[in-house]
Amino acid sequence: MATFSTNEFKSGLKIILDSDPCAIIENEFVKPGKGQAFNRVKIRNLKTGRVIERTFKSGDTVEGADVVDRDMQYLYSDGEFWHFMVTDGSYEQYQATAAVVDDAVKWLKDQDVCTLTLWNDVPLAVTPPKFVDLVITETDPGLKGDTSGGGGKPATLETGAVVRVPLFVQIGELIRVDTRTGEYISRVKE
Amino acid sequence: MSVIDWQPTCGLPQLRLRAQLLAFIRQFFAQRDVLEVETPLLCHTTGTDPLLDFFSADYRFLPQPQPMFLQTSPEFAMKRLLAAGSGSIYQICKAFRNGESGRFHNPEFTMLEWYRVDFQLPEFMDEVAELISTILAPRFPAKTIEKIAYVDLFLQTTGLNPLIFSLADYQAYSIAHDFPEAVDLCGEDHVLWIDFIFSHKIQPQLGLQSVCLVYGYPALLSSLARINAENSAITDRFEVFVEGIELGNGFYELADSREQEQRFDLEIAEREQKGLPLVKKDEYLLAALSAGLPDCSGVALGLDRLLMLLDESASIDDILTFPIARA
Repeated sequence: MATFSTNEFKSGLKIILDSDPCAIIENEFVKPGKGQAFNRVKIRNLKTGRVIERTFKSGDTVEGADVVDRDMQYLYSDGEFWHFMVTDGSYEQYQATAAVVDDAVKWLKDQDVCTLTLWNDVPLAVTPPKFVDLVITETDPGLKGDTSGGGGKPATLETGAVVRVPLFVQIGELIRVDTRTGEYISRVKE
Repeated sequence: MSVIDWQPTCGLPQLRLRAQLLAFIRQFFAQRDVLEVETPLLCHTTGTDPLLDFFSADYRFLPQPQPMFLQTSPEFAMKRLLAAGSGSIYQICKAFRNGESGRFHNPEFTMLEWYRVDFQLPEFMDEVAELISTILAPRFPAKTIEKIAYVDLFLQTTGLNPLIFSLADYQAYSIAHDFPEAVDLCGEDHVLWIDFIFSHKIQPQLGLQSVCLVYGYPALLSSLARINAENSAITDRFEVFVEGIELGNGFYELADSREQEQRFDLEIAEREQKGLPLVKKDEYLLAALSAGLPDCSGVALGLDRLLMLLDESASIDDILTFPIARA
């Protein structure tokens, strides 16, 4: 893999830091008029999601990380692995562990297209679609005619996720959820 | 076909602001009888500081093509004018520093440099503070003027003494303050440690309520300043900061040609050792110093950064017409 000098640091560049793959978020060149130049860099660890700040001496080099994002369709889980298939027509398949799927698991529905982040061709993280449509499997019966949505109630979805929904939404209905916030958006007509 | 970014990155208000700033500065010095001068940007030598990277150019003057250098500051030429009896002088010019690009840096930038003959550092710092606080008054009317000694500032902020290289204390500080990478990055280099800690932990807090002048830099960081007459561990150098931004650097100027030559030789040796681009020492400057530089203080201010403060710009590109990427 290529190495990158601090001069090439820019937002989105993937590098290896402390043996983990990381993405650069922000790079600031710091140089006193008389004195050593530094690059103060904000970095996201792609394994843990943690954001850290790290300073480099300007001109130093770091190893690049072979990290790519690919769109893949979620196929199924066998309990140990979650299986995905690349959507580019190659039928190429990848399997991700529970640790990699992590929180995304509660939004995964068969055939939905997710983004898999691969590091050296091995899944590193799974990002679900921004919006998913899921069926409510459990919720308290609400009051008919209540359309205010004020307060709401918890509802369990077919994937096991629990979201707050308006009182008028019932078991068996299909709803749209924003996976970034976990918020109910609307009912969906099938 | 790709779209070409031909337009300036700043707007018309920023062009006007710059024009006003230049007019104000010229008026400020005219009232004080400081003479505006012009010196070459392209010279046969330039500064030897290993931490400043210069641009070089080929001068095809037959029969002997020769390398020339874009100036990292107009300092050497201005000192030759001083030695020739110019009296107090100032210059507004471009300066060039290779490889310096970022939110606060453009490789070509505008510098205001001025020298006051017979000014000691305290008096000179007052003038620098007056100019900056007057310029910034429309945007920061409540800024006070603050002067603080480098060593006191370092001690107060970090508990560390910058003059005494206590590696274990420096390392412990960096680990406790969440920048453990300093341990490897700075190694056993005292100057690097001081630079690192100052630029990470001290500078961002400077000049939040004031125009902050930090004086009495450690002799390790002396550059072209004189060593202090009473305390040889410190040097007659100051820097000025506003809103955590370094605006300028000033000295009670070194006038001893032999000491100047020694510093040149040391820096050139360091350049050789590190495999950096080489430049000869400026014999013109050394000869001028031998002839006699009057006692004087001098400072260089970055005008682009002053404009950034006035304009509340997040990046130097916002107040330049054509930053390096589209120059």
